[in-house]
Amino acid sequence: MERDVAIIGVGMSKFGELWEKSLRDITLEAGMYAIFDSGVSGKDIDGIVIGNMSAGRFTGQEHLGAMAADMGGLAGVPAYSVEAACASGGAAVRQAYMAIKSGEHDLMLVLGCEKMSDVTQGEAINTVSVATDWEWEGMFGATFPALYAFMARRHMHQYGTTEEQMSLVTVKNHKNAQWNPWAQFQRPVPLEIVMKSGLIADPIRVLHSSPVTDGAAGLVMCSADLAKKFTDTPIYILSSEQASDTLSLHDRRDITTMDAVVRSTKSALKESGLEIKDIDVFELHDSFTIGEIILTEDIGLTEKGKGGKLVEEGVTEIDGKYPVNPSGGLKARGHPIGATGVAQIVELALQLRGDAEKRQVDGAEKGLAVNIGGTGGTSIVHILGR
Amino acid sequence: MAEKPVAQFWRKIRSVYNIVGTHCKTCGEYYFPPRPVCPNCRRKGELEEYKFKGLGKVYTFSVVRQAPPEFKRQVPYVIAQVELDEGPRLTAQIVNCDPEDVHIGMRVRACFRKIREMGGGGIIVYGYKFEPTMKVTGHNKE
Ligand SMILES: [Zn+2]
Repeated sequence: MERDVAIIGVGMSKFGELWEKSLRDITLEAGMYAIFDSGVSGKDIDGIVIGNMSAGRFTGQEHLGAMAADMGGLAGVPAYSVEAACASGGAAVRQAYMAIKSGEHDLMLVLGCEKMSDVTQGEAINTVSVATDWEWEGMFGATFPALYAFMARRHMHQYGTTEEQMSLVTVKNHKNAQWNPWAQFQRPVPLEIVMKSGLIADPIRVLHSSPVTDGAAGLVMCSADLAKKFTDTPIYILSSEQASDTLSLHDRRDITTMDAVVRSTKSALKESGLEIKDIDVFELHDSFTIGEIILTEDIGLTEKGKGGKLVEEGVTEIDGKYPVNPSGGLKARGHPIGATGVAQIVELALQLRGDAEKRQVDGAEKGLAVNIGGTGGTSIVHILGR
Repeated sequence: MAEKPVAQFWRKIRSVYNIVGTHCKTCGEYYFPPRPVCPNCRRKGELEEYKFKGLGKVYTFSVVRQAPPEFKRQVPYVIAQVELDEGPRLTAQIVNCDPEDVHIGMRVRACFRKIREMGGGGIIVYGYKFEPTMKVTGHNKE
């Protein structure tokens, strides 16, 4: 028994450095907004999935499934916590998708959250580095930005990608975020400022990098037949695919391509019967701007090596042929690690419902999200349609 | 991270001190870090210990300027993927040269250095870093 799966509610906490709010506060906030948006009540929910990377190290709290159920007054409901580094949010969406599709659950609350600002910057750097192969990369002094710098350096070497192109991704994503009420940075940033911002791991500068963010995002998902009971505008998950690669970057065949992205995108397109040109709006994992450039190539928007040109030519702008990260992406919306994959789906659902206000992609009917764990060890792709 | 137990490092000393990895007798592939299973051959693989020569070239690199507390005193430092002559790549610091002189393709050899301290009062970890095989002058590219 396979059933179609729908999204009937979305919710977000504000993204940013939220000194006055705890992990519990923001998780509850996102979940409540999603529930209000969907029109379901607590008794309709028969399962909860929560994505999170490192609450244990960031806040000292694990066992987030029970925490989420308890905070929402849903302590009787089974709650699952999933982790896939920066792809934890996408993993939560996919777990719920599989549970509903299989018939084991009917209507689920999906959450993603991370509270990063309760630790010092040094501890935050160390905690983020657990998403790498810690024993053989982080241990020897390779920070997370340094690993993306490895990719950037090779991409520049092999394809002539420029610092300016990496900076133009920042400019575009900040421009989009000014119209996203939940984004951490709701303001444009000029190219000169990006290109003069401090180097953190050459050639990556601070403004090529996603920030430290607190935030949570939520979805209410259910079987397609149930969806009509609650909303006239359900958004359907047309496909959900996942692939893995080596944990460490140095073991990859080619560090300018994420093979897991290529594989999971191909399967997702096949599963939904679509081609990449049929997709109207994209949310791609830009934890570093070189990541967005690589992903536009790996999902097939352009050939390998031409991702820099794509942003330069305005193809990925909201009014371009392939709008990428109308939300502002990880760079400007912010990157609360476990929340990101869920926030990407929230944005696509809003876009497909026509509720994205000033950042709306005109007439968007199909959307695709790529959520990456670590340096590409996990890739999770979702395709949504109305 | 400060209270990492000693055993986590002690277990890896052979590999990290001497660049000891594995070689699959079935398919001929070399692995570093050592792998318990050959991904090419899986159960048909036959892995033996292999001590790498410690020679290779820079495949890609970065200059780290924002580092966790354990590395703060070394900033800025060069971290690289080194492609060993036997094939595999590993991640290590490049030392004994100006960061400005490091480039893709530069020949390097392994040297034994202090890697890090595990926080205040934590153990000191030693292991491999890499240095240029030839004294680098100017900005010559290979
Ligand atoms: Zn083999």
